[in-house]
Amino acid sequence: MKRIAISPPVAAVLLAIVLFVLSGLLPNGFGSDLAIARAQATNILRLAVFLGVVAAGQTLVIISGSEGIDLSAGAVVTLSAILTYSIVNGSNANVLPALLAALLAGGLIGLINGLGITFLAISPLVMTLGMAGVVSGLILIITQGNVGGAIAPIMTQVIARPVAGVPGAIPIWIAFGALMWLLLQRTSFGKHLFAIGTNRITARLSGVNVTAMATGTYAVAGMLAGLGGFMVVGNTGVVHIRIGDPFLFPSIAAVAVGGTLLTGGKGSYFGTMAGALVLTLLTSLLTTMQMPESVRRMVLGATLLIMISIYGRERRFRQ
Amino acid sequence: MRQIRFPFVLWLFIVATLVNLFLQPDFLQPVTINSNLRVLLPLILVAVGQAIVILAGGIDISAGAIVSIVNAFLATRIGLNGDPGTATLMITLSLLAGMAVGAINGFFVASLRLQPIIMTYATSFLFGGLALLILPNPGGGMPSSFTKFYHDTMPLGVPLAFYVIALVMLAWYGLRQARYGRYLFAVGGKADAAFQTGVPVSLIQFSTYVISGLMAAFGGIALTLLTGSGNAQIGDSLTLSAITAVVIGGTALSGGTGGIGGAIIGAIVLGLFRNIVSFANIATWWQTFVNAAIIVLALAMPGLIRLLRRGNT
Repeated sequence: MKRIAISPPVAAVLLAIVLFVLSGLLPNGFGSDLAIARAQATNILRLAVFLGVVAAGQTLVIISGSEGIDLSAGAVVTLSAILTYSIVNGSNANVLPALLAALLAGGLIGLINGLGITFLAISPLVMTLGMAGVVSGLILIITQGNVGGAIAPIMTQVIARPVAGVPGAIPIWIAFGALMWLLLQRTSFGKHLFAIGTNRITARLSGVNVTAMATGTYAVAGMLAGLGGFMVVGNTGVVHIRIGDPFLFPSIAAVAVGGTLLTGGKGSYFGTMAGALVLTLLTSLLTTMQMPESVRRMVLGATLLIMISIYGRERRFRQ
Repeated sequence: MRQIRFPFVLWLFIVATLVNLFLQPDFLQPVTINSNLRVLLPLILVAVGQAIVILAGGIDISAGAIVSIVNAFLATRIGLNGDPGTATLMITLSLLAGMAVGAINGFFVASLRLQPIIMTYATSFLFGGLALLILPNPGGGMPSSFTKFYHDTMPLGVPLAFYVIALVMLAWYGLRQARYGRYLFAVGGKADAAFQTGVPVSLIQFSTYVISGLMAAFGGIALTLLTGSGNAQIGDSLTLSAITAVVIGGTALSGGTGGIGGAIIGAIVLGLFRNIVSFANIATWWQTFVNAAIIVLALAMPGLIRLLRRGNT
């Protein structure tokens, strides 16, 4: 019998749809009211955008293989959110410089991660974990506990203003997803990324500059986390010194749920987008059901386990 | 000529001890050592379990959540007025519980062949949720006579933690001499090759998660004895510290090289770093940064030395 194969991104999207329909059947769900259902779907999508952008960088480093992971993403989101908040300071004219600063700060931290991992041979997990501590420390030094500033009107407008009936954040995400697809599938960066993720030795022998690629990937991932922080603060309008923390582990989970192999070399950003959707939906579903924190965690854990049990298995040992 | 390598973590240990001694003249007094070690013991125990999993090529992100389960369990089942009989029973049960949840991890990794990092991350939610289910709000605890015993017992003038560490080391050397030790390194080095030479790879992988669960349970017991109170999220921060301790101790995350001794000293070094930061009169806002920067430097040092050497030759 032939096994039915569903590609992970499709499975994740299907799961998201099932979860959404289920959420409608709840006592306080949307029931048969399509207008409310549509509003809720839009809202979930909008919330998933921010996790989706932060998880983009995570997708790249995980595809790059060699235990690639970025545990500094949460701290970078916080740092860039704070930078954005204080640089913009309520003025539309400062939005562009703030975006540049967020990208630059994230890119710089990512670059340090990359250099430590490639040149000093520190394993990605502990290197990025260490940098997360350093960045959190920097945030404390810079802010001393309180952050002054404000976001600009234009940021909320762009994120919330309806374009063809949906908030601006959603078309931005779709465009962003298309760019990520181009980057992964249609550029030599993407080709080399999958090559080093599959096997670094064969990649080097076939002429890929592995060190530069790996370092660059972490730098790009840092920039994407920086972009994530910029967008997060644009959405919330307020900032605090732990604003990025809740994004860290979901960003890794979104990548895994989306079917990207954590061992590297295989994956897609569309999968991550679907994964971000599933996780956001699940979280909001559990919140609406007013489940206690304990049950919420257990359901999240079980879902993740089931998703990775379906397609996250490694091959068996063979004689 | 064969080069005798002095483990890098021992250099770190010596330097950190000297700085501590400079900042805190009574640092080597048995009482001070005791008060430092009793705080570090939970991390040391979790790091030992983590090191064994990592040696076999895995990783256990759920270890901290297992610590939380044990803490929540003991704080609710023994309580502030518990008697020694109940306590003994509950402590035994918590060790079994640690092994049981470790076995769940082991099952998923060894039988279902899931990637350890994301799998144990998923179970960390399951276990963390379970801990919160047992103890939704911080509370409960242990009788103060128990915590006093843990805090102040120094048989023959030597801190209690020394005996615990010595026992762990002894058990480790026993394991290493046995066939199990060879299998462990073989599985971590190259699982495929080990499988082909007849090593029961799945069984070894499974066993490392059970050991990690057991060590996390020991860590949870020590932590509960240290704080005397219950908090279902108390173990969360231990996971990543333990992994850092293992790596600083010279065990590669890719598996196959390293040992328990390094992990123990690595955990102590992390504690010494924290001591330095809190005793060096560093402004409060700078402490997190300085602590993290020292850790990153310690991680970077072996690589830096290698780069410099390569530059010289």
